Amino acid sequence: MSIFNFFRAAPRASAVQAKERLQIVMAHERAGRSGPDYLPMLQQELLAVIAKYVNIDENKVEVKLDRGGDCSTLEVNIELPAREQAKAAAAAKTAEKPAGNDDAAAKRAAGNAGAKKRI
Amino acid sequence: MSKIIVMTSGKGGVGKTTSSAAFATGLALRGFKTVVIDFDVGLRNLDLVMGCERRVVFDFINVINGEAKLNQALIKDKRIENLYILPTSQTRDKDALTREGVEKVLNELSKEFDYILCDSPAGIERGALMSLYFADHAIIVTNPEVSSVRDSDRILGVLNSRSRRAEQGLEPVTQQLLLTRYDPERVERGEMLKVDDVLEILAIPLLGVIPESQAVLRASNVGMPVILDEVSNAGLAYSDAVGRFLGEDIEHRFVTPQKKGLFSRLLRRSA
Ligand SMILES: Nc1ncnc2c1ncn2[C@@H]1O[C@H](COP(=O)(O)OP(=O)(O)O)[C@@H](O)[C@H]1O
Ligand SMILES: [Mg+2]
Repeated sequence: MSIFNFFRAAPRASAVQAKERLQIVMAHERAGRSGPDYLPMLQQELLAVIAKYVNIDENKVEVKLDRGGDCSTLEVNIELPAREQAKAAAAAKTAEKPAGNDDAAAKRAAGNAGAKKRI
Repeated sequence: MSKIIVMTSGKGGVGKTTSSAAFATGLALRGFKTVVIDFDVGLRNLDLVMGCERRVVFDFINVINGEAKLNQALIKDKRIENLYILPTSQTRDKDALTREGVEKVLNELSKEFDYILCDSPAGIERGALMSLYFADHAIIVTNPEVSSVRDSDRILGVLNSRSRRAEQGLEPVTQQLLLTRYDPERVERGEMLKVDDVLEILAIPLLGVIPESQAVLRASNVGMPVILDEVSNAGLAYSDAVGRFLGEDIEHRFVTPQKKGLFSRLLRRSA
């Protein structure tokens, strides 16, 4: 590689990277600033509703937030423990279907948290 | 009624004090009775940049505490008619700034002055919050650099939620961008954020672009607001920005690299 190529092969202009990084981090920060953060409450209430019907192991709840430009997703994965009965019934009906983790249903809630408003 | 302007940024060292001195001087040069207040309690600097450091007897905090009368603390500029400086204390800390105290002083000043310019300290603590709280207009001083842009966005958030106008549901504080220390050559090489990049990210109107300039240091060395250096690019850019602030339609200069002819090389000393 000649010295000329070395210079030409320079990575993308650093200013372009600066702009992209700023746009991403600031979209997140602005979203976090828009109003009282309702996500913790939304999560709690969601869990409360589900807990009315099934037993939830608090340690088996996974919450993920992905803040995008226009739309954010809140993903709540709750592992629903197969109750002894259900397990037995399931085992009796379909022997090929393994019980346990793979049986867990995932509940997903998407919340639009992409507000760009500054507060 | 006087107008209250805050020169703010979040980040330190971006050019707030330089810009406050230049702007206050520019407003006074155009005939407006102007006072510039140093809110950087404990780190007095505006007096040096304005060249009145040897004339400070009382300060802003003395006035707030009732230890001195406002007209005893105000320093009249020796060069420019209509220009006054209210220096800050070097010995107290920012807790000395109470909202009631600041309001009392601003109310008294607004009876006499057309413009009250508040030079904010860095950060988003009391000093910075007090300097922006009563503002009608905010000039956001930003460098074309990632941390400065991000901090400016934080400050915009604070202005929109914690200023008097926000708290009382009044018309929001107007916000304009002053992009300082801009180096068109580095921008052209792709090493520095472009004006348009910063505008796109912050989404507020552009008041001016102040080029990186050696004239700024030379001016502060001698205690002269750089706007008085009428052959420097920075001085001219500040002058343009003041005109725009007052509603004039002035094209932006110094945003593209200057042609390096013999003439401009000879003139570079003053660039
Ligand atoms: N346009 C400019 N060109 C070159 N140097 C500058 C420019 N604006 C500010 N500076 C320098 O940057 C430093 C910080 O400026 P200052 O106004 O004190 O910032 P702040 O008040 O935001 O902390 C000073 O040394 C000043 O001389
Ligand atoms: Mg300063």
